Amino acid sequence: MTDNIYNVKGRIFNIQKFSVHDGPGIRTTVFLKGCVLRCRWCCNPESQNYKKEIMITDGKETEVGYDVTVEEIISDVLRDRVYYRRSGTGGITLSGGECLCQPEFTYALLRAAKENGISTAIESTACANYEVIKTILPYLDYFLMDIKHTDGAKHKEFTGKSNELMLENAKKIAKEAKELIIRVPVIPTFNDTEEEIAKIAEFTSSLEGVKELHLLPYHRFGQDKYERLGREYLMKHIETPSDEKMQSLLKTVEKYGLKSQIGG
Amino acid sequence: MSEYVIRDIEKTERITKLIDDLYREMPEIEPDRAVIITEAYKETENEPVIKRRAHAFKKICENIPVTIRPMELIVGSATKKPRGCQVFPEFSFEWLEAEFETVATRKADPFYISDETKAKLSEAYKYWKGKTTSELATAYMSPETLTAIEHNIFTPGNYFYNGVGHVTVNYGKILEIGFDGLIKEAEDELKKCKPGDGDFAKKSTFLKAVIESLKAAITYATRYAELALNLAKNETDSNRKTELLMIANNCVNVPKKGASNFWEACQSFWFVQMLLQTESSGHSISPGRFDQYMYPYYKKDIDNNVITPEFAQELMDCIWVKLNDLNKCRDEASAEGFAGYSLFQNLIAGGQTPEGEDATNDLSFMSIQATMHVLLPQPSFSVRVWNKTPHEFLMKAAELTRTGVGLPAYYNDEVIIPSLVNRGLTLEEARDYNIIGCVEPQKSGKTEGWHDAAFFNMVRPLELVFSNGMDNGVLVGVKTGEVEEFDTFDKFYDAYKAQMNYCLELLVNADNAIDVAHAERCPLPFLSSMIEDCIKRGKTVQEGGAVYNFTGPQGFGIANMADSLYAIKTLVYEQKKFTISELKEALSNNFGKEVSDDEAVEITKEIAKQIKDNNIEVTEQQIAEIFKSVKNSGATAENKAKYEKIHQMLKEVPKFGNDIPEVDSFARDVAYTYTRPLEKFKNPRGGQYQAGLYPVSANVPLGAQTGATPDGRYAKTPVADGVSPSAGCDTNGPTAACNSVSRLDHFIASNGTLFNMKFHPSALKGRSGLESFVNLIRGYFDQKGSHVQFNVVSRETLRDAQKHPENYKTLVVRVAGYSALFTTLSKSLQEDIINRTEQGGF
Repeated sequence: MTDNIYNVKGRIFNIQKFSVHDGPGIRTTVFLKGCVLRCRWCCNPESQNYKKEIMITDGKETEVGYDVTVEEIISDVLRDRVYYRRSGTGGITLSGGECLCQPEFTYALLRAAKENGISTAIESTACANYEVIKTILPYLDYFLMDIKHTDGAKHKEFTGKSNELMLENAKKIAKEAKELIIRVPVIPTFNDTEEEIAKIAEFTSSLEGVKELHLLPYHRFGQDKYERLGREYLMKHIETPSDEKMQSLLKTVEKYGLKSQIGG
Repeated sequence: MSEYVIRDIEKTERITKLIDDLYREMPEIEPDRAVIITEAYKETENEPVIKRRAHAFKKICENIPVTIRPMELIVGSATKKPRGCQVFPEFSFEWLEAEFETVATRKADPFYISDETKAKLSEAYKYWKGKTTSELATAYMSPETLTAIEHNIFTPGNYFYNGVGHVTVNYGKILEIGFDGLIKEAEDELKKCKPGDGDFAKKSTFLKAVIESLKAAITYATRYAELALNLAKNETDSNRKTELLMIANNCVNVPKKGASNFWEACQSFWFVQMLLQTESSGHSISPGRFDQYMYPYYKKDIDNNVITPEFAQELMDCIWVKLNDLNKCRDEASAEGFAGYSLFQNLIAGGQTPEGEDATNDLSFMSIQATMHVLLPQPSFSVRVWNKTPHEFLMKAAELTRTGVGLPAYYNDEVIIPSLVNRGLTLEEARDYNIIGCVEPQKSGKTEGWHDAAFFNMVRPLELVFSNGMDNGVLVGVKTGEVEEFDTFDKFYDAYKAQMNYCLELLVNADNAIDVAHAERCPLPFLSSMIEDCIKRGKTVQEGGAVYNFTGPQGFGIANMADSLYAIKTLVYEQKKFTISELKEALSNNFGKEVSDDEAVEITKEIAKQIKDNNIEVTEQQIAEIFKSVKNSGATAENKAKYEKIHQMLKEVPKFGNDIPEVDSFARDVAYTYTRPLEKFKNPRGGQYQAGLYPVSANVPLGAQTGATPDGRYAKTPVADGVSPSAGCDTNGPTAACNSVSRLDHFIASNGTLFNMKFHPSALKGRSGLESFVNLIRGYFDQKGSHVQFNVVSRETLRDAQKHPENYKTLVVRVAGYSALFTTLSKSLQEDIINRTEQGGF
C-alpha cells in the first residue's frame, strides 16, 4: 500500500456532481472503470472494461476512461462540501463499474474522504475477496449492494458469474458495515416475479441489521451507448416494468418488514 | 418568535372566475387619466409645480371612472376594462403617438387602442410638447451622454420615459393611523412653519399639496363606497348584496382611518397600492413585507373569531389577482426589456424581524399559497432566507417553484443585511429590508432607491477598446490607443477600464439629468406623504426628502466580459495562439459566420441610417460596400477557416460557471470594473450610486445590438443575464454553477444580483427532490450568493432543447435513479423523459 493515500492513482470515466439518488443527501458520484460482471442490462457498458476505449459522442470518437490521483478527485469533490453538509448526510459515492476492482484506489479514496470529514458510499456488487472489502469498511458509511438473483445458474446466465461469493459476502458485510442497503435491479424475464423478489427480500431480512431494500426498475437508457461502443444490446425486446408491477413488488418486499422504495 | 400554522387551504371558485375575467381580452389603453391631467394642468398654469401635481391628482381621483368587477371582494380599478392601462403624458408621450398604429400588433406586450382613444390622446398631447420630464432630462444631458445612449452603450429608458416608481411605502403605518393620521402629521408640521422661515415657501406649499393629495385619495375611496351601495341596491343575490355592503363599509373606513380588521386592512393596502400607480407611471411599486404588516390584523381577527383562515386566504388571493389587474404600456424598446406586462410589484415573505428573530408567520405560508392559487406573474413573489428560516417554509416555497411559475425568487439575508449596513442603514432597518422590483433590496418607507436606473451593457466598452473609442464612424468612447499596440494584457485591461470609467461617468450624467427633471417637473406629493422624512423635511422624495437616497444602475454581461478577457489573456498574451489584430479581424467578421441576405439588408439599412443621422453623406457605392462586408462575402474561404479556428480556440478556453477558481476569481475582478467606480458617484438627492448586476430581460434586445465577443459569442446573440454564466457555458452541473457565481462579490453589488437557474420539474420530484433542491439553495447561500431564481421547464422547452441543445447545456432532469444534464442524455432517454412528463399531466 502506498504511504501517501493522496498519491494513489486509479481509473475513472466520469464525475457526476449533484447526484441525489446515489445514497442520502447531495453527493458527488465518481464512476470507476472496470467490472467483474457483464450484466446484460448494464446501463454503463463503457464502465465494464478496465481498458480505456473509444466511444462515439456527437459523431466524434472520444476516449472513455482517464487516470487520476486521489488528491485530484478529493479536491474536486470537496468543492461541493457545503452542499453535503446542508443535506445532512451528503458526500462521495463510488460507482462504476465496480469500485472493488480497484481496491487500493477505492481504499485510498474512501479514507481520504473520511479524513476530510465527508460521508462515503459505494454502489457495489460485493463481488470480491472479503479481505478486500474488510479493509474499506472502516471508512465507509453506506454500502449500497446489488442483489440480482438468488439462483446461481440464472445469475450466471445474465451476469457472467454465479452469486455464491456475493451472497456470502453480504452476510459478513451486514455484520461489519456501518449500514448496508440492498438494491435490486428489477429486470423483466430475469427476476421480476413476485416469487424471486420475495426470495431476495427473505434473504435480505435474514441479514443482520439490514433494514432497507430498494427496487430499481429496469430502464434501457444505456442502449445507445452499446451502439456507440460498437457492441450489441441484448435487451432490445425488454420493456420497462409498469408502475403497477413495481408497486406490487414493493408490497411484497414490505411484507418482510423491510423499508423499501422504488428508485434510488 | 416565529409562530405559524401551515394550512393548505383550497382555492375558491371566485378566484378562478376573477382570473378568467381578467384574461379574457387583450389589454386596452384608456384615455381618461391623460385627458383629466391635461385639463388640470391647463387650470394651474404658472402655479408652483407641487401645487399643480396635487391639483391634478385630486382631479383624477374625483373624475376617473370607478369600477367594481363582478365578484370582487377588494375593489379599486385603475381602468374600466381588466388589465387596461392609463396614460401618463407628463413623463413622455411622443413614443406612444408614434406607435398608435403598431402598439396592438407589436411583439412585446401589445395593447389594443381604439380610434376614439387615439383622438383623445392626440388632442391632449398637443398640450405636452416641451413640458415632459424626458424633454427636460434631454436638455440637461451632455452631448457625449446623448451620443453614448444613441450608440447603445447604456439605456436609461426606464425613468427617461416614465415615472420612477421602485419604492415601498410605509404600508404598516397607513394601516395603523389611516390617511387622517398622515394629514394630521402634515398639518402639525404646517403649524410649525413660520412665514419668516427660509424654507417656508417650499415647505408649506409641499405640505398643503400632501394634505390635498391625501384628501383626494379619501374621496376616491368614498366614490367606491357609493358605487358599492348602488350595486347592492340592485343586487338580487343576497350573499353578493351582503358582500357589497361590506365593501361599501370598508371604503368608508379606509384608507381614511386605521384598519379595524383584516378585510379593511386588505382594502386599505389595495387603495394605497393602486393609487400610487395612478399618481405616477413608475413601476415596481413593491408591497414588500405584506406578511409582516398585515399579520396583526389577521391575528386579532383569528383570535376573536371574526374571520376564518379560509376567508383570509380568499382575501389575499383577491389581492394577488388585483395586482395583475394593473398594467402599463411602455415604449416598444422598453417593452422588450421588461417583456411580459410586468409591473414588478415585489412582495416578499419570511426573513427576520428588526430585532433579528425569525419572522415567519401564518401569512408567510398563505402568501405562498396565494401564489399557488393564482399562478400569475404578479406579485413578483419572493422569499427571504436566513440561517434560521424554518425548513418547512423553504419546502413550501420549493413546492411553488416546482409548479414552473418561476416564483418565488430566493434572497439571502446573510448577504443583503450586511450589504445594506455597509450603505449606511441601521442594523434594525437592514433586517427589515424588502425587495423592490426585480432584485433590489431597501428599507421600506424610508428609501428613494432609484433602483432600476439604467441598463449598462458591459460588453460595449470592450468593443470600444478594439475600435479605439469609435462606433460606426463616431467617437463614442474615449481614445485608448490602437488595440494592436497593446503588447501586454495589462495594457489591454487598462484600456477596458478606461472605457468603462468614461462610459460610467456618462451613465451617471444621464441618470442625474433625469433625476433633476423628475424633481422639477413631476414631484409626487401623494407618494411623498408615505416616505419618511418628507413631511418633516418639507420635501418630496424627488427632491431628496427620503432618509436614504440611492441610484442603482444595473450592469449585465459579466460572464461574457470575464470569459472574453480571460480568453484574451490566455490565448493572445500568454499562449500567443493568435495576435490581438487577428482576433479583432475575426470579431469584426463574426468568426466567419454566414449572414443571410435578409439579415444583411437589415443591418446595412441600420448602419446607413446611423451614418446619415450623423449628417454624413452615404453614397450608393458605400452602401453596397457595407452590404458586402456585412454579408461577409469579402472574407475568403481561407480567412473564414482562420476565423473559425480562432472561434474554436476561444470556445475551448475554460469558462465562468464551472467551479474553476482561477476563472471565477478573474470574473470577480471584472465585475469590480463596474461596481467599484460607481460607488464614488453622487446623485442630486444627496445619495450615492450603488451597482446592481441584473438584466431584467434586456440582455436579449441589447445583445442584438452587440457585436461578436472574444468569449466566442456571435454578434447579435443575447448577452449573459445577470451574474449567471453564459448560456450553455456552465457544463458542470448546478453545484458548480452556484460555486462560481458565489465567487463574485455580491456585497458590493448592493442594488442586487440576479442568478437564473433552470431545472426540469422531475429534478424536484417527491419530498426528497424538494429536499435536495432546498439544500442546493442553502449551499449557495452559505457561500454568500445573494439571490437565485429558477425556471422549472416545460415539455415544450424540452422539445426545443432537443432541437437546440447548445442553448440548454445546463438543464437538469431527473432520470431513473439519478439526476442529470438533459442534453447529455441519449435521444431515447430524452424521449422517455418527455413522455413521462406528459403522463404526469404537466
